[in-house]
Amino acid sequence: MSNKDAYWNKTKNHMIVTLVLWFFFSLVIFMFGSELNTMSFLGYPLAYYMTAQGSLLAFVIILFWTANKQEKIDEEHGFSEREDD
Amino acid sequence: MFKGDFVKNLPKIYGTYTGGFLVFIILMAIAEQAGVSAKNIGVMFVAFTVLIYALIGYLSRTIQVDAYYVAGRQVPTVFNGMATAADWMSGASFVALAGGVYFGGYTYMAFLVGWTGGYVLVATLMAPYLRKFGCYTVPDFIGTRYGGNLVRACAVFVLFIASFTYVTAQINATGTIASRALGIPFELGVWVGLISILICSMLGGMRAVTWTQVAQYIVLIIAYLLPVFWISSKVGGGVFPHLMLGDEVARLGELEQQFGLVKNSAADIKAAGVPGGLKYISGSHSGVPEGGMAVWKYLSLAICMMVGTASLPHILMRYFTTPTVRSARKSVAWSLFFIFLLYSSAPMLATLSKLSLMDPNLPTGIIGKSISEVQSLEWVQRWSEVKQVFIADFNGDGILQLNEWFMRGDVVVLATPEVAGLPFVISGLVFAGGMAAAMSTADGLVLAISNALSHDIYYKIIDPKADTRKRLLVARVLLVIIGAAGAYIASFRLTSILGSVAWAFDFAMSGLFFPLVLGVWWKRATRQGAIAGIIAGIGSGLFYLLWVFPKFSNAIWGVTNTPFLGIDHLRFGLIGAPICLVVMVVVSLMTKEPSPTIQKMVDDTRIPTGKPILGKQ
Repeated sequence: MSNKDAYWNKTKNHMIVTLVLWFFFSLVIFMFGSELNTMSFLGYPLAYYMTAQGSLLAFVIILFWTANKQEKIDEEHGFSEREDD
Repeated sequence: MFKGDFVKNLPKIYGTYTGGFLVFIILMAIAEQAGVSAKNIGVMFVAFTVLIYALIGYLSRTIQVDAYYVAGRQVPTVFNGMATAADWMSGASFVALAGGVYFGGYTYMAFLVGWTGGYVLVATLMAPYLRKFGCYTVPDFIGTRYGGNLVRACAVFVLFIASFTYVTAQINATGTIASRALGIPFELGVWVGLISILICSMLGGMRAVTWTQVAQYIVLIIAYLLPVFWISSKVGGGVFPHLMLGDEVARLGELEQQFGLVKNSAADIKAAGVPGGLKYISGSHSGVPEGGMAVWKYLSLAICMMVGTASLPHILMRYFTTPTVRSARKSVAWSLFFIFLLYSSAPMLATLSKLSLMDPNLPTGIIGKSISEVQSLEWVQRWSEVKQVFIADFNGDGILQLNEWFMRGDVVVLATPEVAGLPFVISGLVFAGGMAAAMSTADGLVLAISNALSHDIYYKIIDPKADTRKRLLVARVLLVIIGAAGAYIASFRLTSILGSVAWAFDFAMSGLFFPLVLGVWWKRATRQGAIAGIIAGIGSGLFYLLWVFPKFSNAIWGVTNTPFLGIDHLRFGLIGAPICLVVMVVVSLMTKEPSPTIQKMVDDTRIPTGKPILGKQ
């Protein structure tokens, strides 16, 4: 397998992991909205908290994490751009 | 001034600008104390900020194609994030989001999840690859990847429908805010708004829009967060509302129990003469509605908004302006961070606003008080005059019940500072913020449309030999025409028939999402597949919208149809996008696989380093 193919496989797997996390925070937890709302976080009902703030924050964190991880994959395979590009 | 060291000096320049704006707010506060009228303060806020944007627009003028279309691809990561956030958050987000949460509670907040979650799709599936491609517009990618003028034209068509639906709503919002702040008629306000929008974009294209959007983001975020924090500490919600409003949310639940959530019948509302567009609270703030259908409604709306976000051209084209592929990725993360600052505050503002009106223990509470007493309040009188609030005593007991208080969603943002007793300078600031939000989105949209028409239709299809001067002239003329067309429609208040901004997401999702994703992620996708997919997707989506939206179906077939599986007019992308996918895959597999050149092109797109597919054009 060429370096390019190996790189693309890793990138693809990384994409899938990211989308699984995305799917969990955007859709899965809201399938159980009424159940979650019986629990509380910071004094808020949990499902309310997640839709008002929690999932939004999770997306921000996922995006920074996924960008950093992808940069590492770039470096490993020598496809990293120079900083001054 | 805007060359060479400009990029390195950006933090200093915008730091000074932010400081200057804060000084301006303080000066206005002093002016208010000195007796300058509330109206004049509003005028000064809007006039001052719009003049600054116009100045930035003028200083960023350009005669280079690369600067006009993609800001010379030198916008640093964090600043591009701010510009995208301003581009994204529309006048509607700014003035209507908190109102939506105020009335819709948990159910409405599917929009919040949808409008933020979409960025995960942008970052993983689209932005870095489109940046590597080096295209000027979204149809430029589709036209080059699949090859041919027909597929390019199809993409322009989808872009046009989606963006134009959106832009009239934005020009409408600039008109509304300009007319309220400046005290001029709405029809005139629309044209004042349009001129402000064009000044920012016409001379410098993407470069000018980028730098004004950064300036607009700074104004709008200050204008949104300052009142939220201030009101929260004033009504005892705590100094950091985002973490400290748990008790208030619980208290709202108690008050809902106490007052009762009553649904008014349509006949009662009509008989009482409630002005159009005003709403009352009939749903729970934090409670989750029971039942599978309610869950599906929430999820389906979130899906449409997320996938739509990832297909909207005016957002995707912001990531063409970064210097590198990796900065495009990081820039998406920063964009969402800046959006998060506002979006996470909207529910807090709604909670505070609701509590200050509903809690009888607070001096601002009005529910449960006598109607004559409420009607004598100064702010109630002022907003009643312009038909933004309304009281209907359905049970005739002279006491204001929860279901008897009607209000327009915008009032939550525009009047809460006043209700909570903040000085008027804050209301002036909020006007400036709303104006910034509406202008920045309108700018991005008008530019997206006119760039696609001038680059993809004029330069690529009609006259490929046109020189730089001619291309930029055409681009600017189209910019003015598109803007004027939008303002013309907005000035006739025809926007109500154009419907919701959510439609823009559904249109984009139906026609563009899969052609963009498969263009990068599936080498086997062919030109014929893309053409068939786009046409089938947008066609079926549009047809379903006509079929399901009562106003249209009544006019065309004289019937009102029950939505299929709960997919109503806000969610028609759920019909268009899957059809687009299936047709695209089937037709691609039936046709000959793309040439080795195209396959090589896709391979190169997937790798961050090396030359872009399209260089300077």
